[in-house]
Amino acid sequence: MTNDTITIRFFARLREELDTEQLTFPAAPGLTAGDILSELAQRSGPWAQLDGDQPVMIAINQTMSKATAPVQPGDEVAFFPPVTGG
Amino acid sequence: MISIQNDDFDPAAEYAGLRDSGAGTGAIATFTGLVRDHGDREGVEGLYLEHYPGMTEQVIAELIEEASRRWDVRKARVIHRVGRLALQEQIVFVGICSAHRSDAFAACEYIMDALKTSAPFWKKELSESGEHWVEQKDTDLARTDSWDD
Repeated sequence: MTNDTITIRFFARLREELDTEQLTFPAAPGLTAGDILSELAQRSGPWAQLDGDQPVMIAINQTMSKATAPVQPGDEVAFFPPVTGG
Repeated sequence: MISIQNDDFDPAAEYAGLRDSGAGTGAIATFTGLVRDHGDREGVEGLYLEHYPGMTEQVIAELIEEASRRWDVRKARVIHRVGRLALQEQIVFVGICSAHRSDAFAACEYIMDALKTSAPFWKKELSESGEHWVEQKDTDLARTDSWDD
């Protein structure tokens, strides 16, 4: 990971359906977690669900966050379905 | 103390560890969750559990801190298993030492309820007809929310 990128991680159903565990995303001034979701949703196939009806939870640096939360270079942003442990 | 692990655990040994911890305990409440044969669907033959390493431990530590602010909690122990689990296997253990019965019960139930809706674990049901990621339940969310009423 370099200083000008963000690490994106996917878990559970999203990881399987997107067939992606991790990717890097270019950091940009004023970028939010929601912006990343919208941009990834432009990709073809299963990626469209990121902007769909199904809820997507967001964690920035392992803390639950909102889509409006700003993202900095070097951050780890995770997207995943609502949790179902216990 | 928090453990996320593939291996099974021994509730009796965990209880003994809590009892012998020297935490000034007058009451210990424990909960053990098991894999059952039905969930979103009937005919479940097992579960696969995934988690977010690092974040999981952090969230559970925060839940224990929150429980300690609300009730007398002398010592807390949380174990959650991940990976592939068969029917009747143990998934989760919560044990709470307190000076008082009511605090031990409440803290144990609160941690268990909040863990189900805020700790990054995901369950997949395995059955003859295939695999199915479990959906989050509104009833679980309502239980967690009810602690703030």
